[in-house]
Amino acid sequence: MDRFVFLISAGLARGAVLALFALSLVIVWRAARVVNFAQAAMAVTAVYAAFAVTAATGSYWAGLLTGLAAGALLGAAVERGLMRRLPAHAPLPGIIVAIGLVMMLQAGLAIAFGPEHRPMHPPFSERPFLIGGVPVLSPYDLFTLIAAAAVMGALALLFGRTSLGLQLRAAAFAPETSRLLGVRVPRMVTLGWALAVATAALAAMLLVPTELGLNPHAVDLLFVNAFAVAVIGGLDSPIGALLAGVGVGLLVSLVTGYASASAAPLAVLALLTLVLLVRPGGVFSAKEARTA
Amino acid sequence: MRPRTITSAAAAAAALALTACSTPGGDDESVPGVTDDTVTIGTHQPLTGPAAAGYSTISAATAAYFAYVNDNGGIHGREIEYIVKDDAYDPAATQTVVRELVTEDGVFAVVNGLGTPTHSSVLDYLDQQGVPDLFVSSGSLTWNQPEVYENTFAFNADYVTEAAALTQYAVEQSPGAKICVLGQDDDYGQGIIEGVEAVIGSNAVTEVQTYTTSAEDLTAQIGAMMAAECEINVLGTINGFTAMAVGTAAQMEWFPQWYVSSSGADYPTLVGYLGEDLAPTLLQGMVSVNYLPFSPDGEWVALFERINEEYNDGAPFTGNTVFGMSVGYLFAEALAAAGEDPTRESLVAALESGEILGNGILPLSYSADDHAAYRGVGITIVNEGVQDYVGTAYEVASGSVTPVEPSPVPLENEGIPQ
Amino acid sequence: MKIPLRALLLTVLGIGATFGLDPFRNYQLATVAACFAAVAGLTVLVGLTGQLSLGHAVLMAAGGYGFAFAASAVEGPWPLALLVGLVAAVAVAGLLGLLLGMAAARLRGPYLAGLTLALVIALPSAASTLPLGADQGARAPFFAVPEALAALIALEQWHAWLAIVIAAVAVTPLVMLRSGRAGLRMRAVLDDETAARLSGVDPGLVKAGAFVASAVPAGLGGAILAIATQQVTPGGYGLAFSLLLVVAAVVGGLGSIGGAAIGSVLIVFLPWIVDELVAAVPSDLGQRLDGNLAVLLFGAGLIAMTLAWPGGAARLLDRLRAARPSRLATPTTTTER
Repeated sequence: MDRFVFLISAGLARGAVLALFALSLVIVWRAARVVNFAQAAMAVTAVYAAFAVTAATGSYWAGLLTGLAAGALLGAAVERGLMRRLPAHAPLPGIIVAIGLVMMLQAGLAIAFGPEHRPMHPPFSERPFLIGGVPVLSPYDLFTLIAAAAVMGALALLFGRTSLGLQLRAAAFAPETSRLLGVRVPRMVTLGWALAVATAALAAMLLVPTELGLNPHAVDLLFVNAFAVAVIGGLDSPIGALLAGVGVGLLVSLVTGYASASAAPLAVLALLTLVLLVRPGGVFSAKEARTA
Repeated sequence: MRPRTITSAAAAAAALALTACSTPGGDDESVPGVTDDTVTIGTHQPLTGPAAAGYSTISAATAAYFAYVNDNGGIHGREIEYIVKDDAYDPAATQTVVRELVTEDGVFAVVNGLGTPTHSSVLDYLDQQGVPDLFVSSGSLTWNQPEVYENTFAFNADYVTEAAALTQYAVEQSPGAKICVLGQDDDYGQGIIEGVEAVIGSNAVTEVQTYTTSAEDLTAQIGAMMAAECEINVLGTINGFTAMAVGTAAQMEWFPQWYVSSSGADYPTLVGYLGEDLAPTLLQGMVSVNYLPFSPDGEWVALFERINEEYNDGAPFTGNTVFGMSVGYLFAEALAAAGEDPTRESLVAALESGEILGNGILPLSYSADDHAAYRGVGITIVNEGVQDYVGTAYEVASGSVTPVEPSPVPLENEGIPQ
Repeated sequence: MKIPLRALLLTVLGIGATFGLDPFRNYQLATVAACFAAVAGLTVLVGLTGQLSLGHAVLMAAGGYGFAFAASAVEGPWPLALLVGLVAAVAVAGLLGLLLGMAAARLRGPYLAGLTLALVIALPSAASTLPLGADQGARAPFFAVPEALAALIALEQWHAWLAIVIAAVAVTPLVMLRSGRAGLRMRAVLDDETAARLSGVDPGLVKAGAFVASAVPAGLGGAILAIATQQVTPGGYGLAFSLLLVVAAVVGGLGSIGGAAIGSVLIVFLPWIVDELVAAVPSDLGQRLDGNLAVLLFGAGLIAMTLAWPGGAARLLDRLRAARPSRLATPTTTTER
């Protein structure tokens, strides 16, 4: 039982980070109908910006803000500079450009900062609280959970309760109609990208201090798992990303604990297959579009 | 389309008629990679990709050592040209770049190819081509099969040897302690587990946990080891994961003893991960094994530090630096022993002569029927931020561990073999 | 009969070309042939049925493992071992393709991409969980140059011959399939599933069938690599390689077999050319540039090509646009005739 509680608590914080990154994929999907394969590389670039600022100023929070801003800027720049120049309604050129971007960013970062892991220190202790002798959630884990929850809440408010959110959704769902109604669709798409990459950068910044350190490839696996999470939850569904993220986080932790670390990717694949066989559009898919 | 295809078909037929450059035969007398004033060798290393973080500095150190040798007249008047190819730790890329080294660059030998999965993928090829395959950078037992791969020589002490020595020391220091293993989920972790079991028997290992390099989280594993009340943790981990294991345990207020394989126990690198402030405390008493001369006040380190300053832009001086330069030294030594006019055969013969000593704390054990490099390893301990040998060394042969007296190879002629 | 004849001519041409190449180039040619087989399968799958697979490297690996184990198990003359190995490669890759295809038939674009991506990531785990030799992989048999040819050609050239022939055997049926009724059905399904269903075509069956048809050449591509390198390792079929296959298919022009050939040449030679160019630059700039600069330039090249090159990508767009029930209904698809 102790062990179960321990593994659950270990999986929870990771799940929150996964959910947050998956949410960033959902945002960009909703805004532009593309899966951004460069999300990890863009996020890690933003984390390097945060790292540099934290190193220069000594303040974690200055770094955090810089990372968010850098992520948003990078997202907007990539959308304006690259993705927009690609014809709409064809996902593949976007994927190829994203792959090229991943190569450029990761190689560029390795040239600029070196390939080694740069330790990033968390703003709070990573020492878990002991409850009945079982180590559960550290203060940093709590910070991660709270930060993830706050961002998700804020995004939910933005999309659900503000006119900007309404425009964002409208631009994504019915670009032609929205344009006629006076929504500046291109601007909304750019904004979606900026929001998405900033969110991804936050997830990456929460993750890196718990890992080996900052490295051009530090977020690669997070992206892959988050993609699986987004697909499981349904690419259109923020709530799906949230729940599937926590679910996959727990699954990985339990499988690692009770079976082995190398079984974890197989477990994720199995879960993904299972979900897609039952619900081809993810657990929280909107109603299937007409298929006769 | 039609006319062009016909022309090219004709061209192809013409090509068929000619004896083209792909045709075998026409042996010339010259030795591949050796000219009057150069010897060209090559290697495959992960310079990009996730594995670059841990290993990209090795080949730079080797290259720096060769630059030092070349500036001091080379070996028998020949400069050593070291071609480093990036394989990103991807076996498919290794296969391509090694073929390129052999067929395009015409290297004399492949030296210090890094990684078990990567290098195994070119082992047969190098054997077929008769290319000396020297000082493979991995502790797998695969490299020591002189009857099958007569040109392949290991460099690292193998993982089983390291783990057996660590476990022997553990049993001697803390009899009856609960011994556990954390290993990487590949041949490295396997070898470590094997070595531990060879000494205490498989039933006596309290807990075995594995991790995969792609998932940078050891919470579940360390939690399990803590729950099993392990007292001595033998780690078959690479540096980053050693740091993470020690750090994760410390966060849980757990301070067992750490016995770490040389591939994951480089103190300066671990400090890089854990931070200057925490590392000396967390790593205090960490036991490891090694076989290279990395004692901070030793003559080899003094030389290597000088070379590192002068030829390697003063890059951070770590275990990788000592490793890379030691490999360079060993190749230079073998090349010097291969004679005024070295051939691939004379190079291999020199290595098998038993006269090549290397620069370790014990002389190398190369012979005609043994291509393992280091049969013995010395115990090192971290004390107050300094990692050094404690004078205990073991030799491991067919599962049994025997104590030996270290006999470091002295530095001669400024580290330039003659 | 036109297609087999053309294939034969191209095969002979390819074999002739090996005489003009040195051993390393011939090895690269074998690699190109392997990629070509896989990319041809992928390009037909994506181009004709719109199913995006990011997991073709795994199908190649499946073929490679099938080949390696089966061919090693055969005690007998080499042609028999080769044949058995190839049959096994087809069977294993085809079976995996069928399973994937059945799942894929229900999935839409990104969901299938997500599933196949997870598959690629799980490959190393599968290799260490199943008896596949973990990360050191499986050893494939070594096919030496037959004695009759030993005086004439080198090993790499011989392997290039085998590669070219196998690639031809893998791709020719695909071309025939594409230009036959099956191809029509695939296009019909891509154009409008409902309409296809009304005219008696089962979209699920067509999609699953297309996946199998695409998996088989990929598996043979894996067998080619196993022959050329005598090794199958999970590390060689990672995410990066899988994505490169997609790159080859898209840059070459989706749906086009010729494009697949161009794309394959590109992904094999471009990194190498960039590397050579970079090597020519003086290395005073520090060791961090080693390897990384080549990757950076390759990435930049990819972006530039996709943004600017109206070749491959543009053809896909035409086709997709033509496929939409909108203004541009003029059939650009007839270009294949």
